[in-house]
Amino acid sequence: MELREQSLFFEGELTKQTVPALNNEFLKHIDQMISTIDLQQVSKIDSAGIAFVDEILLQLELNPDDSLSMNEMVRTAYDTFTSAELKSISKEKKLDFFTQIGSSSVNFIISVRDGIYLIADISYWSFVGIFDKRGQRKGSVIQQALFIGVDALGIIALLSMILGLILALQSAAQLRQFGANIFVADLMAVSMVTEMGPILTAIILAGRSGSSIASEIATMQVTEEIDALKMMAINPIRYVVVPKFHAITICIPLLVTASTLIGIFGGLIIAVTYLDLSATVFIDRVFEVLTLRDAIIGLGKSYFFAWVIVIIGSYYGFNVKGGAEGVGKVTTQAVVASIFWVIILDAINSLIFYFNV
Amino acid sequence: MKKPIISVRNLVAKFGENTILKNISVDIYPQEVTVILGGSGCGKTTLIKNILKLYQPFSGSVKIFDKEVTSIDEQEFDDILSRIGMLFQNGALLNSLSIFDNVAIPLEQHTKLSKNVIEKMIKVKLDLVNLSHAIHMMPAELSGGMRKRAALARAIALDPDILICDEPSAGLDPLTSASLDELILKLKNLLNMTIVIVTHELASIHRIADRILFIDNGRLIFDGTLDEAKKTDIPEVKTFFEVGTF
Repeated sequence: MELREQSLFFEGELTKQTVPALNNEFLKHIDQMISTIDLQQVSKIDSAGIAFVDEILLQLELNPDDSLSMNEMVRTAYDTFTSAELKSISKEKKLDFFTQIGSSSVNFIISVRDGIYLIADISYWSFVGIFDKRGQRKGSVIQQALFIGVDALGIIALLSMILGLILALQSAAQLRQFGANIFVADLMAVSMVTEMGPILTAIILAGRSGSSIASEIATMQVTEEIDALKMMAINPIRYVVVPKFHAITICIPLLVTASTLIGIFGGLIIAVTYLDLSATVFIDRVFEVLTLRDAIIGLGKSYFFAWVIVIIGSYYGFNVKGGAEGVGKVTTQAVVASIFWVIILDAINSLIFYFNV
Repeated sequence: MKKPIISVRNLVAKFGENTILKNISVDIYPQEVTVILGGSGCGKTTLIKNILKLYQPFSGSVKIFDKEVTSIDEQEFDDILSRIGMLFQNGALLNSLSIFDNVAIPLEQHTKLSKNVIEKMIKVKLDLVNLSHAIHMMPAELSGGMRKRAALARAIALDPDILICDEPSAGLDPLTSASLDELILKLKNLLNMTIVIVTHELASIHRIADRILFIDNGRLIFDGTLDEAKKTDIPEVKTFFEVGTF
């Protein structure tokens, strides 16, 4: 490239490989008087070359009709690849602050309304589904129960055991100082039954089953499977959600019981090995300290945790936007929201049952 | 005789125990539009994906730009790939990025062009496929046909030497399909592109094909010009041109 009497002269190739260097050279001449661009000697040009020429014209504020001199080949390429005639399309303007607040409030109200509709739908069809199995695939409850319950048992057992060991070990270190070794049994029994068992199980289920429910339904939504079910006159909630709802309702008390017992067993191991308590004394103490009320509250709240996981998973699944990207997003949102609501419900439960005790 | 730009010799492709391509040898010549035909599931897409090493060939040799790609190192193969554009059957746009950003990927990754030049190139490419209005939209907001056109814009972003299209016209209306063919021919002439197309659209084949490769049950049963294909006595090819579309 060189400047010849106010004309920018190019020769050889003007392609994506040569343009970056030519651009650097052009920037050296940008302040000089240039009125035409000579492309007669250009032997090869591609869309990058044309875009570069357009950019030069723009920067020099030249009109292509008056200032370009081209051979036949360049002319054809220029006619195809020039962006001079194209209108620029700007991105949608961002909403102002108040509009944003208004818009998010409306969206919030809509999502609450949709959530309530969904809860009503799921509750209604789950209740009806107990007596009337139409609209459900045969064996789907068992299949879901295997996935939600049996497959999760291993990880829940392992984590409960570890949690039991940790709780007992840390409290034992304190209790020992006061010679109050036996109270490790009280602590383990009450904490595992009323709090740790249900919440640990719920959080694992939220991560495991909540994510799978959200992603499964979202994928079905994205790939039009939900629409296909509707077109076959099958209620998607009945077909997809109700079996999961029933399965988790069957599994949650069993999983919570397993988690609680294994957690207490972890405490027993520490009590026997570290605190010199006998197993019989520990077990007697556990049963002495526990009340039926604690057990019912522990198991009772776990049902609400389970239902909230299914409802939130389904809500996010049905409300997916976009393609594969959307599925990933709603899955994450579903897990975070499930864990959040499980903890909020747990707090509400504590306030109701333990505030004035 | 021109030197082939892609040369495949004795290619065998398997999925597990299933042999999909049985000893295929083909040559694809520069600046021609080669159309690969065959019934559904006969191995057309598998052939393309084996040539491009998206699937590892079981045995055989594949040469692109005279380089053996089955044993090439990654860096060299990346250089080859940057000279090839591929339009996938379903578009394969990255869902998390806008159409603009999708087309920008190859330009930003493989060139040192300035931001302004890249922006202009993207606008032009999207205009060529009539998608200027969708430049800031997300792939999920587009219809199937629009997504395919956006994918074509991405495939030609770098003005590749070879453009491979897997069923470009499927799902498009006849007018868009015809304008797409026109665009493909224009690109071929303008940029001396070599074009390989898998398609079933007879109208499209008549418009653009220079050469026809016909695959049946994993074997290449016909290799010749469009006129030869129309006159051939090979029953499968004859039926195809008589019946219309598979």
